Amino acid sequence: MFVAQNVSVLRDGRALVADVDLALHPGVFTVVIGPNGAGKSTLLKALSGETAPDRGQVFCHERPLSRLSAVELAADRAVLPQSTTLSFPFTALEVARMGAIAHGSLDPTRAARTALARVGLEGFEARPYRALSGGEQQRVQFARALAQVPLPVEHGRARALFLDEPTSSLDIGHQIGVLEIARDFARRGGAVLAILHDLNLAAEFADHLVVMHHGRIVSEGPPLETIDDRVIADVYGISGAVGRLPPASVPFVLPQSRHTQQSKAG
Amino acid sequence: MSAVASLMGRASVTGDRSGLGIAVILLLLVLLAGAALVSLISGPTGVGLQDLVTYLGGEADSLAAQDRIILEAVRLPRTALGLLVGAGLGISGAMMQGLFRNPLADPGIVGVTSGAAFAAVCAIVLGGTVLAPLQALFGNQFLPLMAFAGGLANTFLLYAIATRNGQTSTIALILSGIAIGAMSAAATGLLIFVADDRALRDITFWSLGSLGGATYAKVLSILPFILLVIAALPFVARGLDALVLGDAAAFHMGVPVQRLKRISILAVAAACGATVAVAGSISFVGIVVPHLLRLAIGPSHRFLLPASALGGASLLLLADSLARTVAAPAELPIGIITAILGAPVFLMLLLGRNGRAAMEGL
Repeated sequence: MFVAQNVSVLRDGRALVADVDLALHPGVFTVVIGPNGAGKSTLLKALSGETAPDRGQVFCHERPLSRLSAVELAADRAVLPQSTTLSFPFTALEVARMGAIAHGSLDPTRAARTALARVGLEGFEARPYRALSGGEQQRVQFARALAQVPLPVEHGRARALFLDEPTSSLDIGHQIGVLEIARDFARRGGAVLAILHDLNLAAEFADHLVVMHHGRIVSEGPPLETIDDRVIADVYGISGAVGRLPPASVPFVLPQSRHTQQSKAG
Repeated sequence: MSAVASLMGRASVTGDRSGLGIAVILLLLVLLAGAALVSLISGPTGVGLQDLVTYLGGEADSLAAQDRIILEAVRLPRTALGLLVGAGLGISGAMMQGLFRNPLADPGIVGVTSGAAFAAVCAIVLGGTVLAPLQALFGNQFLPLMAFAGGLANTFLLYAIATRNGQTSTIALILSGIAIGAMSAAATGLLIFVADDRALRDITFWSLGSLGGATYAKVLSILPFILLVIAALPFVARGLDALVLGDAAAFHMGVPVQRLKRISILAVAAACGATVAVAGSISFVGIVVPHLLRLAIGPSHRFLLPASALGGASLLLLADSLARTVAAPAELPIGIITAILGAPVFLMLLLGRNGRAAMEGL
């Protein structure tokens, strides 16, 4: 439903994203991985309409983003940014409610309550956002995004969720909790794009894994075929770290195993 | 009041302050009615509550002619003007704080009022000579229009200087506000050299602020500005809420950010220009009222903007009543009273947790 065609984003003459083609399909959980500065966030911004690409085009349901208004785009996708600071003392409920209002919900307060409960923040409604921990703030923002697209498919149209490092401030339990909600959103027909740093979570949750390096997509496909020793070595500079879990055949990355590799090589 | 207290208690459990917002707005309506009444019956002459009741009771003829004139030609226009000016100050403060995402942004503190005052003084000093064609064209609206233009120019300038990538640093905001305000004040000072005696008195008046000399003509000249700004409130309230999360997040939620900012800047300049044109620079109402209201009903602009209008009008009417009576028969400039009330609140804001966070973080 979201399609990037030959997209480049330039800053000071340098391409942060270079000639990227990427399609987000309904029902597919797409995960982007890559080292710092690979252009992941910039690509997400171009796809979500926040940054206009310098070359190429992005389409949402076959219409170019440049022709869509902020309101039209907001009906089709919600975005979870990396971090959000507030200069005024809104409560958790009031922040989540902004997403519900953007969705045009008839009872935004109830919708916000539901969204907060979904991310495990029941009882946090009246807490001032700024007094919450980083992880709790991130989950409130996730609830706000969920309230903006409460149904993965509405009026026959698929909706999309863009998550920029949704797990960066979370403990392992909540990391999995948030990704399970995102995967459920995709299972029910929505499109999800998430940027993750944890390669094992990426491998476990992605239907479609995208590896970025120096602004380009260097490898993409199902995790099993996408993550291998060569890609990890090329992109992250650590060699011989990829293993395979026998029953599920989910690849896992064990950075510690590079030592065995090196000793073998030596 | 107890209803508000119980709503506050409930909001602290549910996190939803909508009911509280409506209750406080209703309470402020009552307060405003009371403040208007106080304003109508206070002053150096003996015209008091009883005379007002007689007058409103339809027995105006039984009043002494002099008392009737005081009520009709002095008190009523002054109360109406105070109401409009106070509403304008409250809205422009609350809206500017939302626009700059900063609880310390107040048109009086960051130089917008000075810009409006400079343009207003220009209109007075040069209205008979260089600007005569404009004065002939706009008539009664010339002064408020000039003040609006001056306020608009300084708001744009301030936004261009203090905002980088959609973020406004408090230090940059206050410092560039001081610089812009100082430039405007200096330019106003230069005009003193070409001003005649009448204009000189007016310049003194602009710098302190006063509702003295209120007439129906003044009320009518700013009424359209204040009404337009009030009409704009429902269109910017949701956007300003979303803007608190940042430009990007507001865009993600479907807010046309650039249009919202343009409308808000125009509205701030219109409200601020209108108040300066008829009452001079009255500081701190725009910072005290929204700050106190945020403590009570939270920062949601749906309730904060109308409540700030009502609260600003009430505060200004009460401050003006005080200005008229405390040193009667002389009159204190109202700007002195609002500064005595407002400056400590501003300092509290700076020293408080939010202020420190705003100074360091943003």
